[in-house]
Amino acid sequence: MSEAMIKLGVPSKGRLMEKTFDWFAQAGITLKRTGSEREYAGAVEGAEGVQLVLLSAGEIPRELAAGRIHLGVTGSDLVREKLADWESQVADLAPMGFGHADLIIAVPACWSDVDSLEDLDAAAHRFRATHGFRLRIATKYHRLVREFLTREGVADWQLVDSQGATEGTIANLTAEAVADITSSGETLRANHLKILSDGLIHQSQATLFASRAADWSGQESRLAGLAQQLGLPAPTL
Amino acid sequence: MADKAQARAQASRLLEQFLKAGAVEVTPDILQPAEALLDLYGEDIRARAYVTADPLRGEMMLRPDFTVPVVQEHMANGAEPARYAYAGEVFRRQDHRGPARANEYFQAGFEIFDRADPEAADAEVFALFAGLLAKLNLSATIGDMGLLRAAVDGLDTLPERKAALARHIWRPKRFQHLLARYSGQVEVPKARADLLTGQRSGAPWIGLRSREEMEARIATLAADAAAAPIPTDAVAAMGKLAELRCAADQAPAALRALNIVAIEPAIARLEKRLDALATRGIDLAAITFDASHGRSTMEYYDGFVFTFTAADPALPPVASGGRYDALTRQLGQGREIPAVGGVIRAGLMSDLEAQA
Repeated sequence: MSEAMIKLGVPSKGRLMEKTFDWFAQAGITLKRTGSEREYAGAVEGAEGVQLVLLSAGEIPRELAAGRIHLGVTGSDLVREKLADWESQVADLAPMGFGHADLIIAVPACWSDVDSLEDLDAAAHRFRATHGFRLRIATKYHRLVREFLTREGVADWQLVDSQGATEGTIANLTAEAVADITSSGETLRANHLKILSDGLIHQSQATLFASRAADWSGQESRLAGLAQQLGLPAPTL
Repeated sequence: MADKAQARAQASRLLEQFLKAGAVEVTPDILQPAEALLDLYGEDIRARAYVTADPLRGEMMLRPDFTVPVVQEHMANGAEPARYAYAGEVFRRQDHRGPARANEYFQAGFEIFDRADPEAADAEVFALFAGLLAKLNLSATIGDMGLLRAAVDGLDTLPERKAALARHIWRPKRFQHLLARYSGQVEVPKARADLLTGQRSGAPWIGLRSREEMEARIATLAADAAAAPIPTDAVAAMGKLAELRCAADQAPAALRALNIVAIEPAIARLEKRLDALATRGIDLAAITFDASHGRSTMEYYDGFVFTFTAADPALPPVASGGRYDALTRQLGQGREIPAVGGVIRAGLMSDLEAQA
């Protein structure tokens, strides 16, 4: 029976899940978890033929790309970071107005001479000459940061992988700058960092995506109906 | 599409022609140490090359090109002058789809290391390629990165400004931004103005970059702020130079018309190269000269550059090459030698032959 359903992937816990449920509820679609608190099963009321799949937000881009889910809610930053040529793999159906976070470049606040990418580039050049290696930027967003700095013509940097506590890498002398997600900037300030004035890489928010790889045969009218119910233009996949 | 066997056979035929032209065959490893490539290209190479790890030799890359290992081999134990040829696969990671995006393909290449007459060597490589590709009705474009470099070097301004511009010749966006800044066409940002009136952050010092490094840079910025802006007519001339595009036989006159005194020696070298090409039977009126050719795509070339392209704009160049004297200096540990060379995409050549 599940073969003929539209599979909708939604983050499996926390605020992102609750906000997603609220967003669909506004269109008269009730998403809910079923079973015990620890069981990742769900139910959909108010939309025909839609099956709820609860997943980690970080896995939703991959599941969309593989076509194992038809629709998915996740951060626009994760889709751009994890999927090469993302627009060819998923369609951006609707920004959902929550889960806002900015991917930015930050440097030590004590660097009075560095305010912009122009400064970062010049400082990186001198840093390399002085220390014998390129200025290190700690991040887990390798694709987005690399594409941004290359497009902006910044040179003499390297990325070092940091999957957590990224803001601490500078004081620990494993990086000179960081590229990370921030919403309030408090963690940055607490770690004596400042955001470059033109260092905004991507403004992320929770977004409803549709998979281009999923099997949509026989689901076209159902998708169009769902889009109408959500107040969205009919997607072309 | 040519299958792998056809592409390999084509690469072998090209190699044979290069050997007949006096080259010695070199066979660099497919697995290359990542360090030299990272040093040369920067972090961006990770987006374009396959990186792998060896437990003893550390980070390695599947060879993204032959030029770097060939230069390394020559600088380590080559006798002069030398002509080298090679044929084999190169590997390029692709982040986007499309017909030009093969991630594994055959290249055949030819390189000359010779001090005697660089312009003659440029012409030798170009004419050899033009002969091998003659049946395919390709369009050829040439350029010379030495012209822009000479124009930058000839600016009447601080050496620090010239060095910053020269460093970014291959990144046109940053280059234009710096040129606008140095010529006073963009306003000094408030943060920079505050800095120069002595304002400093009260934040605690963290990280490896030292306070002395910051103060040294601020001193440079203060000297920059005190220096006269680069005259706008010099900036305009630089812009016209970067945009110049014409038939190759018209190029010297068009360049002289720009009235940039500093590029006269580079124009003289271009004329010498064009004469050498004409002597080898190349029709200069049929070649396009583009002063910015290869500026954002062919990063280690610092003089003569060329490509041969098919009519279909979706296809990558069938052949490309150029002069890379600075690369030999960078990889030569104190030694250097003028060098020029190029590669042909063997599989693409087979495809076009099949269509012809």
